[in-house]
Amino acid sequence: MMTIFGIPTQALFGQLLLGLINGAFYAMLSLGLALIFGLLNIINFSHGALYMMGAFVAWLFLNLLGVGYWWSLLLAPIVVAAFGILIERTMLSRLYKLDHLYGLLLTFGLALIIEGAFRQLYGISGMPYAVPPELAGGWNLGFMYLPIYRGWVVVASLILCLGSWLLIEKTKLGAYLRAGTENATLVQAFGINVPMMVTLTYGFGVALAAIAGVLAAPIYSVNPLMGSNLIIVVFAVVVIGGMGSILGAIITGFMLGLVEGLTKVFYPEAASTVIFVVMSIVLMIKPAGLFGKGN
Amino acid sequence: MIMKRLLLSAAALALSTGLAHAQFTDGKVKIGVLTDLSGTYSDLAGQGAIVAAQMAIEDFGGKINGQPIELISADHQNKADIASGIARKWYENEGVDAIAELVTTAAAVAVREVAREKGKIDLNSGAASTPLTNDKCSPTGFHWTYDTYAMAVGTGDAVVKSGGKTWFFLTADYAFGHNLQAQTERVVLANGGTVKGSVKHPFPNADFSSFLLQAQASGAQIIGLANAGADTINAIKQAKEFGIVAGGQKLAGLLVFITDVNSLGLDIAQGMVLTTGFYWDMDDGTRAFSKRFAERMKGKMPSMVQAGVYSQVTHYLKAAAAAKTDEGIKVADKMRELPIQDFFAKNGKIRADGRMVHDMYLAQVKAPSESKGPWDYYKVLRTIPGDEAFQPLSMSTCPLVKK
Amino acid sequence: MTSANPAIAQSGGLTPQRILVFGLLALGLIAPFGVYPIFLMKGFCFALFAAAFNLLLGYVGLLSFGHAMFFGFSAYVTAHAAKEWGLTPEIAILLGVATATVLGAVTGWLAIRRSGIYFAMVTLAFSQMMYFVAVQAPFTHGEDGIQGVPRGHLLGLIDLNDTLTMYYFVFAVLVASLLFLHRIVNSPFGQVLKAIRDNEPRAISLGYEVDRYKLLAFTLSAALAGLAGSVKSLVFQLASLTDVHWHASGEVVLMTLLGGVGTVFGPSAGAFLVVAIQDYFSGIGSWVTIIQGAIFVVCVLLFRSGIVGVMAPMLKRRGIQA
Repeated sequence: MMTIFGIPTQALFGQLLLGLINGAFYAMLSLGLALIFGLLNIINFSHGALYMMGAFVAWLFLNLLGVGYWWSLLLAPIVVAAFGILIERTMLSRLYKLDHLYGLLLTFGLALIIEGAFRQLYGISGMPYAVPPELAGGWNLGFMYLPIYRGWVVVASLILCLGSWLLIEKTKLGAYLRAGTENATLVQAFGINVPMMVTLTYGFGVALAAIAGVLAAPIYSVNPLMGSNLIIVVFAVVVIGGMGSILGAIITGFMLGLVEGLTKVFYPEAASTVIFVVMSIVLMIKPAGLFGKGN
Repeated sequence: MIMKRLLLSAAALALSTGLAHAQFTDGKVKIGVLTDLSGTYSDLAGQGAIVAAQMAIEDFGGKINGQPIELISADHQNKADIASGIARKWYENEGVDAIAELVTTAAAVAVREVAREKGKIDLNSGAASTPLTNDKCSPTGFHWTYDTYAMAVGTGDAVVKSGGKTWFFLTADYAFGHNLQAQTERVVLANGGTVKGSVKHPFPNADFSSFLLQAQASGAQIIGLANAGADTINAIKQAKEFGIVAGGQKLAGLLVFITDVNSLGLDIAQGMVLTTGFYWDMDDGTRAFSKRFAERMKGKMPSMVQAGVYSQVTHYLKAAAAAKTDEGIKVADKMRELPIQDFFAKNGKIRADGRMVHDMYLAQVKAPSESKGPWDYYKVLRTIPGDEAFQPLSMSTCPLVKK
Repeated sequence: MTSANPAIAQSGGLTPQRILVFGLLALGLIAPFGVYPIFLMKGFCFALFAAAFNLLLGYVGLLSFGHAMFFGFSAYVTAHAAKEWGLTPEIAILLGVATATVLGAVTGWLAIRRSGIYFAMVTLAFSQMMYFVAVQAPFTHGEDGIQGVPRGHLLGLIDLNDTLTMYYFVFAVLVASLLFLHRIVNSPFGQVLKAIRDNEPRAISLGYEVDRYKLLAFTLSAALAGLAGSVKSLVFQLASLTDVHWHASGEVVLMTLLGGVGTVFGPSAGAFLVVAIQDYFSGIGSWVTIIQGAIFVVCVLLFRSGIVGVMAPMLKRRGIQA
């Protein structure tokens, strides 16, 4: 068996691949957060709860209505995005003129309510969600046995992230959005409905979280607390990437997944903390984040 | 003044939570069931434990020497600080005489400390760790259903003797997991096996993939799961997903409950060897109790933890009736004096260290073809006599044991 | 956070206020005869924690999202000192506070270079690292925590195992700390802090070494949060991961916000209310979480100045009428 620094390459590649799978989730979630922060100036603490909601809606679809995985992948994000838009219209929209911190506190409260409600209804032991039959089984890659479903998650995440990036960077709609981020008043003056754009952006960011939730359902059991520990990590990803930077969020998401995977090879217990070490170093050296503008 | 009113109303709120009871417990006997009602262990203990305690009280007649028996329950969420807080409040302010069930070692030890200080009784059924009857033992603390020593003597021994010589452990990172791993390692080494390594996972944990990969890389024949409840279920399912069983390694669940087998399904669980303190389908006594239990629990059969709660509460009530008091230390002495004779334990006895010694069973999970219906899951391979199953007093570090 | 209401803090000489303070003191002295003392002590510990946190948020305008590291870690140190080294409670508490102070000075030195959301994130990062230490270090006993911590004899003389004695000790610590905080925010030092909060560039241009003031405030806040944690570990005879978890950092924000940012009594009132809610709903599943969340939402949307912030003007009106 080959080794690198005394670690069998087999184990190293295996952990890196698992890291990439985790990174796929970080990327999807932090992309949504970064979009929302860019335009709304709101740090959406309820993002983890909405991710959890995505998984739960898929589970409920399956168990109450018999709607399968593939339809859930389309419908659950729509349901959750509608919920998100409701929140934006009724609550968040009142806070845009205030300090960021109020948005953070409000969404923190919302996260507590959503998680508490699901805990109250379903307990925290988690509900199983079967892998769709089309994606069952696995491939033997030589260095590890990769369940097909986990491979699919990475592919789906890459497609989503790339698609979103193209949408924002290469289309007219994206151009309005970027302009709105820079100077909302001016864009409004050009006759573009900025409040509508803000609402839809929030809905889009939330939908991304919900898709991640549906993708996660067959891997982790559907659990009311699945988002609450993830959200803190995803925050760190957004801060490291540079708040509001779309590309930064995507790249940092995958990258930190890999860093975590690497840590699991050498010092498994520290895997959940290494991201915060990276974050504090980045914030000390480059406060605007790796891909952030300005200083 | 409004500030004051606010504080007063906060104080009134606190009062109305039932804190105003007198400090003495005369006039009634009160039992608290403190368990995991929402988390990883809620299936194997949880609501079922409360039902078992209720049944014990009803079967006893609901009264003890003419005084009513009351039952309260709460969720400790598997957290030491919550368990300790509730236990303190129950003992100090709500006239609770004995706390039963107590799954999760961290919570059990926290309650043990409070109970010892207050001279009140704690009855453990769900927690597994041996320190409860060693350095953490107490004159008023009891350990009922099983412990990690018994698990290792049963499962660990059977697996090594059937050829599983090299081991890798997947261990829940808290006292229970460490203890279960240590006990099993001892048995593995004593039988000529070797331990290739171990990895600790957070508790509770959802994604075992990276840990399983390490276990796979170790090349050990047996992956020992030193965890319990939902953690064990997730680990077994994901091991299947990652083709670990297909690759030739075997999983050994070191603590598996019938509720886990039920969640996994016989397809996945078949052939697994496990140790249990109770199986519903042993004789008329166990079947009669389990049938009544299932009627109240939507058809679920009792786990060993839940059956143990019935047994321990019943024994406590018997002892309190015999001692004619609810004073902790006196009832505890009576409990040690009386033998335990019920469907759960035949000729059970309580030792100086608080261990209730009874027979354990080595069982194997049936294949789907062998199972005749729901909950027909185990075939009992052998009965492990109580004195063999539990740690001998000569090894005990409990200061109450006279040597 | 800069729109805080300093009304109560500054109106020192008003008679109704004195009456209120004495009323509260008297209430505190007789309370354990009517209410479960452990509940009150828990309230006091969190009141102190919230007041310490408020020194930073309310008077310097810095939102720390990592204060649990001071609260929880000093609890561990105190518990360890009392249990393993057999030290008397006052020495154990001092060690806990000293740890929090050093930790505060070091993390503060790095954190105050950032402001706003970045400051919150840096403190969160440090707190997560300390959480990691708490999970991994052998002396904290991971998931089990340090249990069965002896309360011991204060100064080797006064037996704290007696619940009432312990109660008055905790009450005295709270009163002394609140007095200390009251002195600080009304001192020239406190005035400078408020100046920094309201307009940092201006404070700099007036020649104040802003960073030194911020660091001192951060360290003081950390030390007092540590004091709260140390005392709590003796009250409950337990130090556990719950108190170092980031949820504890979130909870103290809730208490402060609910009570009123930048008021002396507000955070304490908020802490008591939150602890009462937790106690009242503890038996019924996750209602505590839902209600706490709802409080956050209502506070942010409807009364951003908190209970005391809203009450203070009314109180003042009454004072004038009286």
